[in-house]
Amino acid sequence: MPWRSNSIHSIELDLVLDVLARRHGYDFRGYARASLKRRVSGLAHKLGCATIAELVPRILYDDALLPEVLAGLSVPVTEMFRDPQVFKGIRDQIAPVLATYPRINIWQAGCATGEEVYSLAILLAEAGLLSKTQIYATDINDMALAKAEEGIFPVKTIEKYSENYLKAGGTKALASYFSLGYGYAKIDSAIKDRISFAHHNLVSDGVFCEVNLVVCRNVLIYFDRHLQDRVLGLFDSTLSRSGFLCLGTKENVAFTPAAARFAPVDAPLRLYKKLAESP
Amino acid sequence: MSAPQPPHAPIQAVVIGCSAGGLEVLRMILPALPDDFPVPIMVVAHVGAASGGYLEDAIRRDCKMPVVEAEERQPVTPGIIHVAPPDYHLMVEADHTFSVSTDPKVHNARPSIDVLLISAAEAWGSGLAAVLLTGANADGADGMAAVKAAGGVCLVQDPATAFASEMPTAAIARGAVDRILVPGRFAPVLAALCNPSRTAELP
Ligand SMILES: C[S@@+](CC[C@H](N)C(=O)[O-])C[C@H]1O[C@@H](n2cnc3c(N)ncnc32)[C@H](O)[C@@H]1O
Repeated sequence: MPWRSNSIHSIELDLVLDVLARRHGYDFRGYARASLKRRVSGLAHKLGCATIAELVPRILYDDALLPEVLAGLSVPVTEMFRDPQVFKGIRDQIAPVLATYPRINIWQAGCATGEEVYSLAILLAEAGLLSKTQIYATDINDMALAKAEEGIFPVKTIEKYSENYLKAGGTKALASYFSLGYGYAKIDSAIKDRISFAHHNLVSDGVFCEVNLVVCRNVLIYFDRHLQDRVLGLFDSTLSRSGFLCLGTKENVAFTPAAARFAPVDAPLRLYKKLAESP
Repeated sequence: MSAPQPPHAPIQAVVIGCSAGGLEVLRMILPALPDDFPVPIMVVAHVGAASGGYLEDAIRRDCKMPVVEAEERQPVTPGIIHVAPPDYHLMVEADHTFSVSTDPKVHNARPSIDVLLISAAEAWGSGLAAVLLTGANADGADGMAAVKAAGGVCLVQDPATAFASEMPTAAIARGAVDRILVPGRFAPVLAALCNPSRTAELP
């Protein structure tokens, strides 16, 4: 893509975002611009457009293109047990509290291709909690959701994730949660059956049930402060009394007013607890 | 070597990128900067995903300027050395606050020098000075080209002095370079670029 002045680039990006919002109801205007710009440029390149502006008629007239556009704007990069100390923190600091509830509801927002939610379910299984747990895993990227629901990963990646699984306090072999064959590993149905995958847009959709824990990592980094604040408000209203929130390790919510609704359980791990309603 | 031609508007921000062998060069450049260095410095170094805090500690040990890990939504602040966190891309928004992302690696690197330089070139235009040091891959060349196109100043380590010459050589091959410097020259040149009244001190 040729280099263009900042202002031309910004106009082009605004046009694309406007079409997506007004024609298709997907509003990316509250996303942090720098990485959105990279992704839109990448999408234009992939679709053979010479400029970002050339995306406008494509997105405006070709409805069939929408899934690919959404997939391009929400690159679902993820891993199993990324930041293993966070999973260890959930195991040591949050699971013992959840264990006291008769039933546990968990919402994982921005599940991408499922690696993280399967990690969470494995952790809960080892804590003896999975059988009384229902996990809702949501994303706006339907291509990623379909992959997540399949639960099939290359065997090589499972080997790669094993080290982090053990660092997270895993007590077995990670491969024991998968059936292996033809270079692929399929997650056991005992793990998968506790998870419901669904399309949900954090920008525009509301709360759908009461949960005891929200896990939303490396999604808020893509949002500007205003949208971060909206989403934290959503988490506040979906959480039960003293419910827990887990954000990404580099997420910094100090600037959003809604952050005042949460108290840190373990600040470096970004584990928080919802504060009681002020009287 | 002469000062950048034509005389350049004062620099408002500095980005330094490096890879293999970069820490040693950073430790020559950063401590040699004056303690009243007037603009923000951002450092991207290719380090392993698990090496939390290691780079800052190593730089901080002998620096006069404060060294902090860059945090999303925080303002890029004059007089501070901001270091990119491991395993995230670092970017600058138009309002000069930081963003981070877990997007795929670029040139097999996250953080990538290209990613920061391209966003910083948009954010500061001709007010940016970019420094590309030793490294064993081609990350940074696209970024330097973006800085050059936006009117910024590009300083590249002399490949003959580099532990790994591929990175500076790639930028030079792209023509994305205003001055080629040996490690000891970066600090005085940066100080002069950021504080034009000191230009006279340049030999
Ligand atoms: C970088 S991935 C993070 C995946 C996982 N949570 C992790 O940390 O490994 C970000 C995910 O957020 C999703 N996402 C982006 N915008 C969203 C929105 N408005 N609502 C729901 N999910 C969104 C993307 O589709 C992508 O799958």
